[in-house]
This record gives sequence, C-alpha cells and structure tokens, in this order.
Amino acid sequence: MAVPSILGISIVLFGVLALAPGDPFSDLATDPSIPPSVAASLRAKFGLDDPLPLRYLHWLAAMLQGDWGFSFASRINVSTLIMQRLPTTLIVIGSSQVLALAIAIPVGVYAGVRPYSVFDQVASTLALVGFSVPTFFTGLVFILVFSVGLHWLPFVYRTDIGGSGLALWWAYIRQAIMPVAVLGLFQGAALTRFVRASVLDVARLDYVTTARSKGLPERSVVLKHIVRNALIPVVTLVALNMPIIFGGAIITEQIFRVPGIGSLLIAAILANDTPVIMGVTFVFACLVILFNLIADLLYGWLDPRISYR
Amino acid sequence: MAGSTPASPTAEIAVGPVVVRARSASLGREAWRRFRRHRLALISAGVLLTLVLALVFGPWIWPVPINAIDFSAQMHGPSLAHPLGTDDLGQDLLARLLYGGRISMAVGVAAMLVAVLVGVFIGAVAGTARGGIDMALMWLCDLFLSLPQLPVLLLIIYLFQTSLRHLVGQELGTFILIVAVIGGFRWMSIARLVRAQFFSLREKEFVEAARALGASTLRQVVHHILPNAIGPVIVAGTIEVANAIILESTLSFLGLGFPPDVPSWGRILFDAKDYLDTAPHWAMFAGGAIFFAVMAINYIGDGLRDALDPRRVI
Repeated sequence: MAVPSILGISIVLFGVLALAPGDPFSDLATDPSIPPSVAASLRAKFGLDDPLPLRYLHWLAAMLQGDWGFSFASRINVSTLIMQRLPTTLIVIGSSQVLALAIAIPVGVYAGVRPYSVFDQVASTLALVGFSVPTFFTGLVFILVFSVGLHWLPFVYRTDIGGSGLALWWAYIRQAIMPVAVLGLFQGAALTRFVRASVLDVARLDYVTTARSKGLPERSVVLKHIVRNALIPVVTLVALNMPIIFGGAIITEQIFRVPGIGSLLIAAILANDTPVIMGVTFVFACLVILFNLIADLLYGWLDPRISYR
Repeated sequence: MAGSTPASPTAEIAVGPVVVRARSASLGREAWRRFRRHRLALISAGVLLTLVLALVFGPWIWPVPINAIDFSAQMHGPSLAHPLGTDDLGQDLLARLLYGGRISMAVGVAAMLVAVLVGVFIGAVAGTARGGIDMALMWLCDLFLSLPQLPVLLLIIYLFQTSLRHLVGQELGTFILIVAVIGGFRWMSIARLVRAQFFSLREKEFVEAARALGASTLRQVVHHILPNAIGPVIVAGTIEVANAIILESTLSFLGLGFPPDVPSWGRILFDAKDYLDTAPHWAMFAGGAIFFAVMAINYIGDGLRDALDPRRVI
C-alpha cells in the first residue's frame, strides 16, 4: 500500500520537475566564463541528456539513498539541512495535534451527546468560525494581541537562547506557545465538527439503546459505548488531514520564523534553491504516507471488523 | 478544508420520474424553504451578496486609483479621506481591498469550477465504467489525496511561474496558474462523492427503466443520473470556493501568489504583516475581509447541506 504511493508521488514530483520549462543548468549555459564544452560535460555527468525514464530511475535511486544533492544557497548537503530542521517541525506539529485532540474530543463528544443544546450551538458556531479563519490571519492576530499589545510572548522563534535549566526550557516553551496554539486551534475546530458528527452517528445505534435500557449510568454509556466507537473514524481523519496540517505548519513556521522544514521550503523557493525544494517536498510526501500507514494499521487494530485479508 | 467531507454520500433527491419542469420548480422551492430555516446561512447569504455587490460596483462609487501613491499619508488609520486608512506608500486601502476582493473571488469561483468539472468528470467515468478503470481512477484519487498539497503547489508555481508570465503576461499568467493548480488539487473529494452517488443511483428503478427503454449509457448518465447526483456536488462546490480563496490568500501571503501591483487580499496581508505594530488596521482589514468572505461561504454551504439533503427533516 505504502510503496506504490511513494512510487506514484515520486513520479508526480519528477514529472513536475521534468515538465518544467528551463533547466537547472541554464545559469551555467548563459554564464560566459564557462565554455560550452564544460557545460556539455557537466550535463552528461548529471545525465541531463538521457531519456526521461532513465533519468527518473537515476533520480529515484539517488533520492532513496538519501543523496538529495547539494543546496545552492547554503552550500551543505540537502539531507543534512533537512535533518537539522525536521525535529523542530515534528515537535510543533505533534504538540499542536495533541492540543487539537485535547480540545476536539471533549467538546465534540459533549456537543454530540446533547445535539441542538445551547452548548452544542455555541461549540458548533465557534468551530465553524475557527476553521474559517485562515491560519495566517490567526497568527497575525495572536502576534498583535500577545506580543505587540500585551508583551507576553515573543513572536520570533529563536534557537540561540542563552541560559540553562528551567529558565531555558521556559524560554523554549514560551516561544512555542503561539505557533502551536495557532495550528492546534485550527485543527481542533475542524476535528470538533467531525467528532460531533461521529458521536451523533453512533449515539443512535441500537446497541447504545440496549446499553441504556440495561440501566447503565449515562456516564458509562457515553464513555464506554459511544465514545470508543465514535473515535475510530477520527483516527482516519487525523491521518487524512496530515497534508493540510503540513500546509498549516508551513504557514505558521513562516509567520513565527520557526526554523523548521516549512520555512526552509519557503526560503529555498525565494532563493531558487531547487535541490532543497525537491528534498523538502519529498520529505513532506513521505511523512504523509507514513502517517497514513500508521493510521491504517491503527484502524485495523482498533476495529476488528476491518480486515486487510 | 475538512469541510469538504461529503455531506451525505447516499443523499438523493428522491423525486423519481416526474415531469422535468414540475420537478425543477418544486425542488428549487423546497430547497429554498429549507435553506431559509438555517438562520445563519440566510444571514451569510445576505453578507456575501452585499460583499459581491460592493466588489462589483464599489470601484465606481469609490473611484480612487489603487496605485495613487501619497507620501504625505503613509500608514494613516481610518479617516474621512481614507475610510480604511492607507498603507506604507499612502495608497488607499478601501480601493485596494475592493480591487483585491474581485481577484480573490474570481480565483475562488474559477478554481471551484475547475475542481467541480474535473471531479464530476472523473467521478462519473469511474462510477459508470467500474472495474479496472474505476480502480485506476480511485488510485489516482488516493494518490492526489496523499500528496502534500501546499508544498507541491508551491513547487509547481515556483517551476512554472516565470515562463507562463512571459507567455501571457504577469497578471493573467499568475491567475491561470493559480486557478489551474488549486483546481487541479481539489477535485478528489468531489470525484469520490460523484462516484458514490453513481453507484447507488445506477441501480435505481428509474435508471433501470431508462435502460430498458434503450437509452444509451451517455443518455442515462447525462439525463438521469447526473441531475440526481448534483445536490452534494453543489454543497461541496460552495465550500470549495471558500477553500480556494484561503489557498490563494495563503500563496499570496507566502509571497508566491500575485505580484505586489496586483493587490489580492492575501497579498495585502503579506505587505501588511511587517507593520503590525505601527499600522495594525492594514492587516486587520485585509484579514477581516478574507475571514468574513470565507465564513459566509462556509455557512451558506452548511445551509445548502441542510436544504439539499432530503434525509434531514426540517
């Protein structure tokens, strides 16, 4: 399942690259100080004149071996660059997901078991508002309120914070609050709507009525009977939303200058740094597939009715 | 974005083989009756209508050029001369927002049309053909769903931008590219929706009757199945407009959408973000415009979902 997807995505990426007008060596070709013979031999060395399928295989082999080329802008290997930045991105995305679930599950369940109550209407309205505000706007509003207005939080993410011990940790946490909150609230809003719908679906099934008519307390009907089944599809939704989450991560990293792979991608695009752009896109693609795979496996484990033969 | 989850994969407008004219009239009236029950959706429809009218006629009522530079009025707050204030070059924000709104809306609607056309076509082909073609198309669908959208969008725009701009000009080139790319990456949910509809509709009696009467596959699809499958597509398409507006603003906000002389809402926000402390009104008005437009469209989508889903009793 995962292998064909990776192959498919790599074909798409390579296709885009190959179809794109201009080629990475056009700078060399127009540079008068490089004789045409050198440019031609460079092209031959990198296999740019080979037929497309051959170039694809070369490229794929290089990508899979972690040989992602050399950053034009910062003069180090793309893989080193990405590995430096990846942990920050994963931490920000991971904690925002935790925040999103911590909001969405209680709110969604509470609203779902009391449909059309006041709480449900307030929660649904807030959720729709929350997911209509684009993340870049929430980010700017947060900066305006908490940094410019109240001076509570720093709005530029730094990696060179001095100090040690608790103070250092506190500084790290403080600067991560806003990016994580922006991303988490957006995701939380989308998830709340979904959890509520899923709870509504499950709550009207027969076995829930059975549980109630056995005289079980409402609390255990909700927690043990409804929630456990209602949350199964949420696992898939979290995985399916991964591409969107990465999109949100790119924006938040850009706003708050978080040194993750998202801001690396934007910087690389603005600097015409093709190897880095391809590398980061490939990493994002692999992460998406990885999370889909994890969700598929979890799904089979959570819900024995589903089998993969 | 997650709002594009299918409203009801099995929703059918169960009217059956009635005379076509009577059906469309009563269906529309019934949908309108249900839509009016959703108060927030009705308010949103009003907001959106006002917004669209303002965007269409505003530049005549407020004929201030969008690029009139006035260094004596840099980053002024709202005043009588400039109802929404000015930016760092002293350009009038109201005029720029009105102009930018046209672009954002145009991108939203055009990208939605691309996504709906591609989605309906692929969904219809998959739902009609079944078998191998269906499997291949659904694999393609899954593939596109698992592509990291924003990075790939950025990659494509980065690679194709310059040459398309040379080909058809700066503004039009960016417009075509953004619409094609956004539309080309948002058709999957619609395709799945249409396919699911086809699977349930093609077994219905009225389609069987048409088949028994000797209707060709094309006629069955175009005259009998598609009209009945269109309800959820309308809902998804509405929400797609909101998504496209957000995506365009995102691209412009990252500095990779429209060029600075074409002030789409996202572009204005991009220019404003460096002056948050000195001129907050600049970012707030641009962001507020995006927010209100997107929320109104989302609520309308919600109302349409209620209106077009016959399983819901209102």
